This record gives sequence, structure tokens and C-alpha cells, in this order.
Amino acid sequence: MNDHGSRGERLGIVVGGSLTEGMEVKLDSATPIEEMAVGRYVVIEGQKSRFFGMINDVSLGTIDQQMTVTPPDVSDPFIADVVAGTGTYGKIHVVPMLAIGGDAMTLLEGPQPVKTVPTHFSKVREASEQDVEMVFGREDETHFYVGTPLDMETKVCLNIEEFVKRSNGVFGKSGTGKTFFTRLLLIGMVQKSAAANLIFDMHNEYGWEGTSEQGPKVKALKQLFPSKVALFTLDAESARRRNVSTDFVVEIGYNEIEPEDIELLKETLNLTQPALEAVYQFAREFGEQRWLEGFFDLDSGEETKDLLKRLNIPESSYGNLRRGLTRLKRLPFLVQRARDNSVQRILEHLDRKMHVVLEFGRYTDVTAYVLVANILTRRIYDQYRERTEKAMGEDKAKPHPLVITIEEAHKFLNPAVAEQTIFGIIAREMRKYRVTLLVIDQRPSGIDEEVMSQLGTKATYLLDNDKDIDSVLTGVSGKTQLKTVLSKLEAKQQALIFGHALPMPVVIRTRDYGSPESYKEFGFREAAELKRQAEEEIKDLF
Amino acid sequence: MPTRIGEVIRASSQGLTAESYELHSPPPLGSLVRTSDGEIEIYGVVGNAATEGTDSGRRPVARGRDEPDEESIYREHPQLTKLLRTTFDVLVVGHSESGDIRHYLPPRPPRVHSFVHTCEQDEVRRFTGSLDFLPTLLSVRDGPGDEVVSACLRQASAAHEDRRGFLVRAGKELSLLLNGELNRLNAILRRIRL
Repeated sequence: MNDHGSRGERLGIVVGGSLTEGMEVKLDSATPIEEMAVGRYVVIEGQKSRFFGMINDVSLGTIDQQMTVTPPDVSDPFIADVVAGTGTYGKIHVVPMLAIGGDAMTLLEGPQPVKTVPTHFSKVREASEQDVEMVFGREDETHFYVGTPLDMETKVCLNIEEFVKRSNGVFGKSGTGKTFFTRLLLIGMVQKSAAANLIFDMHNEYGWEGTSEQGPKVKALKQLFPSKVALFTLDAESARRRNVSTDFVVEIGYNEIEPEDIELLKETLNLTQPALEAVYQFAREFGEQRWLEGFFDLDSGEETKDLLKRLNIPESSYGNLRRGLTRLKRLPFLVQRARDNSVQRILEHLDRKMHVVLEFGRYTDVTAYVLVANILTRRIYDQYRERTEKAMGEDKAKPHPLVITIEEAHKFLNPAVAEQTIFGIIAREMRKYRVTLLVIDQRPSGIDEEVMSQLGTKATYLLDNDKDIDSVLTGVSGKTQLKTVLSKLEAKQQALIFGHALPMPVVIRTRDYGSPESYKEFGFREAAELKRQAEEEIKDLF
Repeated sequence: MPTRIGEVIRASSQGLTAESYELHSPPPLGSLVRTSDGEIEIYGVVGNAATEGTDSGRRPVARGRDEPDEESIYREHPQLTKLLRTTFDVLVVGHSESGDIRHYLPPRPPRVHSFVHTCEQDEVRRFTGSLDFLPTLLSVRDGPGDEVVSACLRQASAAHEDRRGFLVRAGKELSLLLNGELNRLNAILRRIRL
């Protein structure tokens, strides 16, 4: 296929365009237009540098307008051959993304963002495997292979070290492969030891094993990296039933719930604004630690009525609050006094650079998820902040970075609550305190705009709601062009990734995950193999 | 094989008229011929050919009513071959100076009485290796016009190994040159397809 081994096939020449709009490329007559696909990579050979770009539109042109009215007789192969590429021609629209300089100096610096355009009639060719490798790097200490570009075998690698420095997002309609990709990213972070992970695992997908729509269950973190991952659960019974051994059962005491946590649940608990205000009044009355217990202790007697009167809380608001909070009471992991300090346990594991997956078992409703994630994260974040500030003051090494994974992110980060929740703060303050988020969501438009624009790297699967697409692409250059690419993604396993950890946006087919070979690539060894290795080592010893 | 086929009897920069040595045997329409002005070889494409009386005042008359076949007319009237002559027009499309082929008009027209030669296949292939002579050919609007263009391409294609490839290439060149003249283009394309 290649003319000179390392170079891709010539496609055509640049005939116009601009830096902001992208380049117009007229295809050679020999280039079959139907093989040009949006999202593919091409290289434009400028006079001084090479430009690496992506196809984002394909169109047809005719030299003579009359030809569109009286089309030539293309049933004759000779006439069809003549007309192709001359009377009629194909055009592709290419957005140059990176420039690779020609001289030795710039070659060392690697690809740079594009600041100019190639000259007229520069040659355009398919990007070869080497070109792609030059841009996306090779799998190494910091680069984790996530997938391959469309129609290519080259590996696209994420710079995991850069990745964990900012908050990141995985988006896409349900059933497109978000969970799959997230699991892959988590494996990458564990494998490269770039950060400790705390995963709020709503559907028990990341800890022990995950479901796959195509076939058998796939191994998740704990199975692949047993010594590096701790499995926490809220629901020991569910874990037992699924035959999953857990390391710790999390309980949350009433004393750990603060008024801010209830504010976040306003919508799910159906609370009114006055009811919320009442929460703060109770907290003042009973104390931050004891208020919930105190609230549940209230009976319907006269004393309560007096108290309400004194606090100036209307009966209706009280009733509303009572109905809402009673729902919390039904959550079995909420207890009056927790037997152990879950936050401390999680932190201990994170300190040992281990990764913690918190399974929610059967409690997959949003109330439990939002409540637990918020309580734990807030306290873990406080600890991290304290330590980072201390480290800065004493000029010591900062703590190991922490990545917190949350699903249904719009529940935590919607414009109404993003200002107050701990997740909003983490997303905005970013890496200062070495804590970042990995948010997973199917309705990115529900997430606060400011938070969206702060996300470093975004991976998005197919989205078809315009609002969602717009929100994912906020703050990205070449938005209109990426929009076309995004709306043309296949329904499964194809994702557009762009942002901080990659030199340029890329559409990938996600890496194989689930086969024994893929586990091996992640560094997983079957028990039998481990045993054999151990035996060999013993033999070597004696 | 003798390649000398005639002699220039009228010359201009754009074209010339030659008289064929053989009556009724002008070179085929569209074929490539060569003549010279002494130093420069001049190439042209055969256009219109005609056979008529040498004396424009005396028009040929029919003579075959009592003859059994056409050949016997000439046998019975041997003077006819002297009274008739075949001439052909040549459209100048290029020249060659010290071996370099140029696809544009020569600085001077050939001399009258210069010999006209047919071109060998090798020479045809060399000359038509580039299609830069097509604009010159297309600019001639009188006479058979585009018929010459299509005949020329058909003739030339025989000299090329990849006959179809040559014609497709020529067709593409034509479609660029005849931009806006779709009907003319289609007419030529239909005449050169294999």
C-alpha cells in the first residue's frame, strides 16, 4: 500500500483554506473518495514542516456546473475514468492540528500546535503508522495504550501522568462503552501507579468483575491487581451473594452527616427550600454532630411543637423534612454510631498507594450514592488539603495524587449544586491539593459549564443530543469540526478523546479488553502461571 | 520502408499543404508527420486531405459508364494519374530543435518543397508522451476540427503500450482544456473510447 514503506499513500493537494476553518484538499483522481472517512489522519507536506491533521468533512465537486445538469455517461467505463478527478473531483476538509518541524531542533521538540497553514498545493498523504506513533507516543512508563485510530493498527497512548493532574471526564449515551473505557483508564492508572484511586462504584462494575454486553464477565481491578486494590463495600450481603470477598464494610454514622450533605439531596429527597433551612436550624440547635440523631429522636409530642415554634419552622416544612430524612433512615449502612472510621480506613489504603473501590451493592439508588460519595469525599479532601498545605509549608513532598471516580456526575455537578459540593470545588481547584476527579456521565449538559471547561481530558462516546455535544466541546478549539466527527461515531467502542493528556483530538477504537491476552498485557498472570514461575524460581535457588 | 510521402506546396506558421506522391494515398487523418525548414524538424497532424484536378480550370468528368470496373478507367486513361493530384493539410503542432521536442509552433514555417515524412511509432510515442500539443490542435476551428483531435489521439494511442491509459490521460487533459464546453468534450470522448 505504501509507496516508500514509511509514507502513507498520496491523496491529493491543498487548494485552499485557513487556520481557523481548516484546509480544503482536492483529491487526486486515483484516490477513491468512498475510502475517505471522517476522523482519519492525514499528513500535509508543507515546505518547511509537516502538518498532522484529521479529516472532518468529505465532499464532491464538479468543474463545470453544466455537468450537474447533463451528467456524462458514466456507464461507459472509459468516460467514467476520464471524468473522475477532472470534470468531477472529491474534496476533503482537513483540520491541521500539529506541526512537525523539518530541522533537527524541532524534531527533538516533537509536534507543536499549529500556528500557520501549509502553502498552496502542498501534497497531502495518509498518515503512516510512524506518523501516528510520533504524535501519540509509544507505550512506556507514563504512556498507557487505550486504543487504535480508525483503520490503523498503531497504538494511541494517553500520558497518564499528565492525565491525573487534572480532572477528566468520560461521556456518552448509555450502552456505548463508557464503563468499559473507564475501567480501562483505571487499569492504566493502577498499572502506571500514577495516582491512587478512589472509585465510587455504583453498579459494582469496577471492583471484582464487570459485565460485558457481548459475552462473559470481564475481570476488573481487584482480580487483575489483587495486591494493589482494596475492595470496600456498603452491602456485605450482596458481596457475599456475588461470591466477592471484600476488605472492609463501610458504615456511616448519623454523626457524620452534615447539613451540606442534605442540601445535595434536595432533589432526590424532594425537599423544599424552607425544609432545607430547617436542617441548618436543627444543626444549630443540636450541634453539627448530633443533629440528625436529635431530629430522629423528636416525637410528635408537645415538646416538638414548642421546639418548632421556637425555631420558627412551619409544620409543613417539618413534615416535608421528616418524610425526606426517613428515607435515609431506611438505608442499612446508615447507623447511629459507626463501628469503625471508614474515612480513616480508606485513607490508610490510599496512603499505601493502594486503590480503593467502594461497591454500593444493592443500594444503587441515587440518594445513597450521592450521600456516601459526598460525605467520604469531603472528609478525604479535607485531609489531603491539610497534608498538601503542610507539605508546602515544610517544603516536603506533596501527597501521592488521588483520583476520585464518580458516576452520574450531573447529580453532584449540576449548576444548582456545583458551587457548594465538594466535587464542584475539586473540579475547579484542580490539582492544587493533588485531588482530581474522573467523572462519568451520560448527560454532560447537566453538568455545570464552569466545571466542564475545567476538565483536562475528555473521552466521549456517541452523543446525539445537541446540548450534550455542545457541552462536551466547550472550550475546545475547532469545535464545529469536532462536532461532525462526534456525531458520526459508531454506536459502540468508538470514542473521541481530546484534551490535556493527548497532543490532539483522536477518534479511537478502544483497546481489546476481556480476552486472556488482554489481561496478560495489563500485567495479569493466571494462578497456574504464577505457581509455575514460583516453582521455577525455587528450582533456580537450589 | 520509405517514409517520404510528399512535398510541401504551401506553408504558413500554423499549417501547410502538401502534395502526396501517391495519388489517392494521403497519410491517415490525424497521423503525425514531419517536415523541416532545413535546421528545425517540424511536426504536424494530418487534417483535411483532397484529390482534385491539377488544373483548377478543368474539372474531372465521369468516364466509367462502359468500363467493367473502376481500375480499368485508370488503365484505359493513363493520363488521369497526371491530371489528378492528392493534397493534404497539416496542422503544425510542434517542432524539434537539436533533438528536443517542443510542443509549440516553430519560429519559421517550413520551406515549400520540403519533404514530408510519416513518423515511425517510436517517434509518435516520443512526441505524444506529453499532451501539451492538444491546446494548439484544439485552437484550429476550421476544417474537420475536433475530428482531427480524436483521430490524432486514436492514431497516437496505437504507439503507446498502455493504449487505454494514454487515452484516459488525454481525456482528462481535454476535460480541463474544454472546461465549459461540455458538448464538445463529450463528442471527442465518444470518438476516442476503445
